[in-house]
Amino acid sequence: MTVLNILVLVCLLYVVLLFGVAFGADRAARQGRVRWLRSPVVYTLSLSIYCTAWTFYGAVGFAARSGLEFVTIYLGPTLVMIGWWWTLRRLVRVGRSQRITSIADLISSRYGKSNLLAVLVTVLAVVGTTPYIALQLQSVTLSFAAFAAFAEPGVPTAPLSDMQSTALWVAAGLAVFTILFGTRNLDANERHHGVVMAIAMEAVVKLCALLAVGVFVVWGLAGGVAAMLDRIEASEIARFDVSAGRWVGLTMLSAMAFLCLPRMFQVMVVENEDEDHLRTAAWAFPGYLMLMSLFVLPIAAVGLDVMPAGTNPDLFVLTLPLMDGRDGLAILSFLGGFSSATSMVIVAAIALSTMVSNHVVMPIWLHYSGGAAMVSGDVRNVALTARRISIVGVLFLGYVYFRISGGGTALAAMGLIAFVGVAQFLPALMGGLFWRGATRTGALAGLCTGATIWLYCLFLPSFGPAVFMSEALHEAGPWGIGWLQPYALFGAEGMDPVLHALMWSLLFNVGSFLLGSLLSFPQPLERLQGAQFVNVFDHSGTPGGWSGGMAQSEDLLIMAQRIMGAREAQALFSAAAGRQGVAGYLPEPSPDFLQELERALAGSVGAATAHAMIAQIVGGAAVSVRDLMAVADETAQIMEYSSQLEAKSQELARTARQLRQANEKLTQISVQKDGFLSQISHELRTPMTSIRAFSEILRDTDDLSAEDKHKYAAIIHDETVRLTRLLDDLLDLSVLENGQVDLNVQSGTLEALIDRAVRAAGGETEHFIIHRDREAERVDLSTDLDRLAQVFINLVSNARKYCDADPAVLSIRTAVAEDQLVVDFVDNGGGIPTEMQAMIFEKFSRIGETKAGGAGLGLAICREIMARLGGYVSYLPGQTGPAFRVSLPLSGRMAAQ
Amino acid sequence: MSPERVSVFLARRSYRRRRLADAARLLPLAGGVLFCVPLLWQGAGGGARTVAAMIYVFVLWAVLVVISGLVSRHLRGGEDEAGGADGGGAKGDGGGME
Repeated sequence: MTVLNILVLVCLLYVVLLFGVAFGADRAARQGRVRWLRSPVVYTLSLSIYCTAWTFYGAVGFAARSGLEFVTIYLGPTLVMIGWWWTLRRLVRVGRSQRITSIADLISSRYGKSNLLAVLVTVLAVVGTTPYIALQLQSVTLSFAAFAAFAEPGVPTAPLSDMQSTALWVAAGLAVFTILFGTRNLDANERHHGVVMAIAMEAVVKLCALLAVGVFVVWGLAGGVAAMLDRIEASEIARFDVSAGRWVGLTMLSAMAFLCLPRMFQVMVVENEDEDHLRTAAWAFPGYLMLMSLFVLPIAAVGLDVMPAGTNPDLFVLTLPLMDGRDGLAILSFLGGFSSATSMVIVAAIALSTMVSNHVVMPIWLHYSGGAAMVSGDVRNVALTARRISIVGVLFLGYVYFRISGGGTALAAMGLIAFVGVAQFLPALMGGLFWRGATRTGALAGLCTGATIWLYCLFLPSFGPAVFMSEALHEAGPWGIGWLQPYALFGAEGMDPVLHALMWSLLFNVGSFLLGSLLSFPQPLERLQGAQFVNVFDHSGTPGGWSGGMAQSEDLLIMAQRIMGAREAQALFSAAAGRQGVAGYLPEPSPDFLQELERALAGSVGAATAHAMIAQIVGGAAVSVRDLMAVADETAQIMEYSSQLEAKSQELARTARQLRQANEKLTQISVQKDGFLSQISHELRTPMTSIRAFSEILRDTDDLSAEDKHKYAAIIHDETVRLTRLLDDLLDLSVLENGQVDLNVQSGTLEALIDRAVRAAGGETEHFIIHRDREAERVDLSTDLDRLAQVFINLVSNARKYCDADPAVLSIRTAVAEDQLVVDFVDNGGGIPTEMQAMIFEKFSRIGETKAGGAGLGLAICREIMARLGGYVSYLPGQTGPAFRVSLPLSGRMAAQ
Repeated sequence: MSPERVSVFLARRSYRRRRLADAARLLPLAGGVLFCVPLLWQGAGGGARTVAAMIYVFVLWAVLVVISGLVSRHLRGGEDEAGGADGGGAKGDGGGME
């Protein structure tokens, strides 16, 4: 019992570690530390979800039953990987340039963004994957049960209900994990760093586990390599009598499945970070597969030799260490199987849920909510919720399948059956990538025919006779037509059922695909997409199919915000606007921009849905004549050239627009500069003139009285003081405007500050009365008090200088509202005319030539100071007289306390 | 370095690159054929032995991994297979500027 308890504990710890790794990776990605998350090694390891529990446990069972034949399951992917230059490179490039979210999305996107195709692929993928998920649940429960049987030899194997509860727990845990880390962001093209990292770790765990068991078996149980080879030679799998058909057929089958499995597509294409990673994976992944299968045959041979007859060979990896009393190794091995199962289920659930939500739920939802959804509904939440529900649904389906099938042997054969099912995607996929003549009709025909034959010849019969098909039908075919027997179609008797189904389904699939493509005529959009897919390396960005103009940029922005989130959408729009040379958030709905937007949306909701959404706003996708001609081979080159010219001329027009804008701005600045210079020279000349005049009088007039001399010298002195003040002010203003000023933050009360300002402005006299509310002024401030005092002094002395009432009364009112300190300076003077109110804060603006004094820079300086302090000073209309409001955020004060 | 030598050098380089791409394309075909060789042994007297086939398959596997590693190491990503037959010259010139 203790071993079992330890197992449960280790398992739980492992799950916690898995969550931790995923969480850590997600956090690191959010903080931008993604370099190591994006390494080719992680990419290669994530591909290892190909090795599910079916291969972890099942490979040994396979080898125990049919010898070296098991290796074909790994040879196919090896050949695909080392042949990356043929297909994978193209697939990944297309996936990235079209922002593909799933294999259903790719196929639908290639064939004119047809949602019908996407739905078909999705349904087939769900049908093919659900049993596979059930198989993973089964492997975990079986391995758990094996442990339990060894831990308590006396007690019979745990009853089925216990096993089912284990499966339920595993399924629920996986659902939680997948929802947490797999649906964090809507854009399926954004990487699920957490998930990928967790899978990479699991890849290492399962490899280490299998290698450890292998080393233990070869050197621990068999006693070295030579002894091991002898042992194999002596075992019942010593003869290499593999049928050539199965050897070649299974290799091809696994190669096809490797390309078409939704989960493989997810990690290989959708989660791909950089095409360059393929170069590493091209050799590293075959190496990984080789290591995974290196010890399979030895384990099988020793297992057959050592274990009592009737032991399930599928569990040799687990039972061999257990029998030898190596509990630690057995637990490691269990973790390896557990890792294989969980990583497969997680990725498969993400891939399937993306397909289901993008191609089934969203189109239905869009159809029923109509155009209103664009402006009122929250598409983003709907899509995310749909994806989460789909994950739960997929896992629940897997669990139900597991329960119904009763964990029997029917499941064990499921791996290859699922492979044949997904291989039906291959003709449409490869045809779409390499043949421009492939059409939607052809793809639909091929998929339907292939899927039907697969269902009839392999999937339904696999449940055993009398479940879906009667025994009579199995034996004699429907209505007694022998040619239509499920396992011997058209008289092909005695073939291996898997090969039989593979051969017929693919033959018919390819046949219908070719025939359908040859006989049908593609729609314009299909031809356009076809050209883009097939010639992806020549021009990844050919012109799009939207004719804008009718589109409303604002509607598009609203829709994009609903799907991508406000920030991302605004960034996309303003970047596009910037490229077009337009200021603000709304670019012109040019075809280029619409295509870019559609791609961005496709990353979230799939190509077909994104296309439909934009079509709703733009008012129908129009493929222009230009696009159609670009499709035609003969004119492609000429069109390419002329479209390049056109692009160039558009670019020129944009540049010209930008130049015009820049020119206008320069002209404005020049006018301002002229105005400023003339102002300044005027301000300088007035005092200069009087200084010069009086100094000339002093120089040239000999008989001046001492009194006059004194008077003239005083005038000269006054004027120089005024000049100095003017220059000081100018300097101050330029420093403030350039933002070079350093704030000297101090603390003090507002009351003391106003006291200081009033004193500096000359204090109260009988002609100048100040009303204050000292109670309200007891506010603690933490800001640059000197600068703030400068503002207050200016406002008080302005009131003193310009107020034309007698006695002049200045009221200083203080209030604190919503963390803002507001100080109003209101006097009883004549007020400022409305048209002047906007001007008073400008440089050199004075209201009339009333009493002489400042140069008109005071308020301009005040405005700059307040801007630096984070507040503002403004004219407050509607008071008894001229009124100024100083407002300052108090958060600085709060922080200081 | 004279301009002529540069262009000769680059032509050779882009030529090598294309042949390397050819090798990358051939590799899976060669692998596929070679993996089928053990099937031929079944005709021999006494039939084929699993041990021999296993050693053959795994050694071949390792060799393929190594060759694939060498080929893909030198096939830099980012450089696409040239769009046309004469695309390499232009690309080579671009490369020569670096």
